[in-house]
Amino acid sequence: MTEIRLKNVLKAYGKVEVIHGIDLHVESGEFVVFVGPSGCGKSTLLRIIAGLEKVTGGEVLIDGNVVNTIPASERGLAMVFQSYALYPHMSVYKNMAFGLENSRMPRSEIESRVNQAAAMLQITDYLHRRPKQLSGGQRQRVAIGRAIVRDPKAFLFDEPLSNLDAELRVAMRKELAALHGKLGGTMIYVTHDQIEAMTLANKIVVLNAGRVEQIGAPLDLYNNPQNTFVAGFIGSPRMNLLEADIAEGEGGLALSAGGQRIAIPAIDGLKAGDKVTFGARPEHIAIVGEGEGDIEAKVDLTEQLGGETYVYCTVGGLPQLTVHQVGQLPVHSGETVHLRFNRDEMHLFDASGKVIVNGFKS
Amino acid sequence: MAETSTMSERSVTRFLTARRGGGSLHWTDIFSYVYLALGVALMFGPVVWLALSSFKTPAGLQEFPPTLLPLGQIERSVEGYDDPLPMFKVTMDDGTVRELAQIRRIGIIAQMVDPENPDETIKVPIASREPIREFRVAWENYTKPLERFNFLTYLNNSVIVTAAATLVTLLINSMAAFGLAIYEFRGRNAVMLFVIGTLMIPITIILVPAYLVVTELGMVNTLWAVILPGAATPTGVFLLRQYMLTIPRDLIEAARMDKASEWSIYWRIVLPLSLPAIAVLAIFSVMWRWNDFLWPLIVLNRSEVYTLQIGLNAFQGELDVQWHYVLAMTVVALIPVTLVFAFLQRFITTGIASSGMK
Repeated sequence: MTEIRLKNVLKAYGKVEVIHGIDLHVESGEFVVFVGPSGCGKSTLLRIIAGLEKVTGGEVLIDGNVVNTIPASERGLAMVFQSYALYPHMSVYKNMAFGLENSRMPRSEIESRVNQAAAMLQITDYLHRRPKQLSGGQRQRVAIGRAIVRDPKAFLFDEPLSNLDAELRVAMRKELAALHGKLGGTMIYVTHDQIEAMTLANKIVVLNAGRVEQIGAPLDLYNNPQNTFVAGFIGSPRMNLLEADIAEGEGGLALSAGGQRIAIPAIDGLKAGDKVTFGARPEHIAIVGEGEGDIEAKVDLTEQLGGETYVYCTVGGLPQLTVHQVGQLPVHSGETVHLRFNRDEMHLFDASGKVIVNGFKS
Repeated sequence: MAETSTMSERSVTRFLTARRGGGSLHWTDIFSYVYLALGVALMFGPVVWLALSSFKTPAGLQEFPPTLLPLGQIERSVEGYDDPLPMFKVTMDDGTVRELAQIRRIGIIAQMVDPENPDETIKVPIASREPIREFRVAWENYTKPLERFNFLTYLNNSVIVTAAATLVTLLINSMAAFGLAIYEFRGRNAVMLFVIGTLMIPITIILVPAYLVVTELGMVNTLWAVILPGAATPTGVFLLRQYMLTIPRDLIEAARMDKASEWSIYWRIVLPLSLPAIAVLAIFSVMWRWNDFLWPLIVLNRSEVYTLQIGLNAFQGELDVQWHYVLAMTVVALIPVTLVFAFLQRFITTGIASSGMK
């Protein structure tokens, strides 16, 4: 079992800094997912851990040893690439055995390990085929198999599912989760897909522009985002984020935006005139009867999915709001609806985007 | 209609008579065929001429106007004469044409005899007779030099030089290309430019210094003197390097993650994936080395170490060139390169590098 620690890791290409000092602790046996928009540095960070990129500052520690100067081949990690990177001139068996041959393992041991991994991934029938004779999903399995046979200190995955079609992606996602349960190794997984992050991770690292925005368990990020970036990034469809001013209200404060007023309880350190961003997830906005709602909105579009309904509506002077309701809803575009924000689930961020409160206590 | 049906059955015929669009002959068809025929004549003409001429007797080669096919004069043994006599078609004074054998020629008069009636000698002006010829192959052009001339030694030397030099060339050129393609370091492009820049120096300029180096190393009159100096070719490094640049970086990195040493990345990943480019360079190298003349001529002075091309030069005396032997042995010398090309050319177009990705 392996723990990986990053201490103030910096990376620059020439004068362009792409990673601005990241501290991270990946505990033994944990499934950590790096998630963020493209270009946020998540792949670079993974490659730094792998040893394929050199850091320009800070330290990478594997099991307490600084590995900054240790080449990728000696770090004992295995990586699954987005492109699979299977050796096209070798059979599936050879692909999987290559890493073991390099560590001068006896032939019989190689054979038993490859066969075992192949059985686990159900690729035994393809062992003598070339990669180009395999489908995308099969290649993906071979790439994972190549990592498994090595029995590495930790597994690194660089967007491994992004080349698969949607259906296969869901299936492979489940298999990966099962695999982590079976092998129990330390895994670091890079993705831009927050659903993959939410479903697979023990711990999610949200990255943006080379900085860590927040580290936490999936539901922790969902319930308690520390800033507007994480609030907007985690959750699908994304959280409604509206800029508002604080005003005095009856028995507390009120949010004022585009001529609308929403009453909120008093909060320490917040006074009338402050600029804030308030957030409400689509599933935390209720459609209620007349007189019970906070605001009145006009429906632009509804998406009926059978089990759930998305309603997109506009409120005078505000950006479009997304509302999610369970079940089928008899609402049509052009209608007027009354929306009520669930106070327990509302988020309030200050002008710089940092959280003030996650859920008002009533 | 019968013609068209045979055409559709025979794909070769159809290929050779293919036309643009429909049935009628467009001017672009004519233009294409003329252009292609010209190309074929330019490429194959000299080779065909060489092969046909290699079967001609020395006299046949000297003949003017030249004949396309190797022809030989018919000879017949005539009673009363020890040697067979050459046959001629003679136009007699009265206009009749007779076939006579020539005994001897004195000035512009030839003494001839009718093989059916050997006792009577007929005097004929040489202008009125014409040799009777038939298609005849002069195999002795091939057999004699193979017996007398040290052909097998030369062939052996040529094979050793070509094989060894090609192996050395492929090995060190691919290593240099690997370094310049896979590793990123400051000045990489400058080094590449420098390598390509050496293409601008003609061999005649470095001939003397290269000879001095070879002499200092004591390699004159050994095959190493031919093998080593030309082993590093800028063309080869460039060719392989450009090909290696197209190998996906992920493969190299995957190999690094798989604990592969740099040598095994080179030997087991990059080299097999560069096979198409290596085949091209191998063909080039074999052709260069097999046909190399100037450099071996300078460093090889003893006939035991002659390569074929230098050996062929031995037929060329100061005053007399034995063209029939030169041509025949040139044909023999062409065979191995042709075989190598036929074997390796199928590798040229097989690109396999990207098929394992995505």
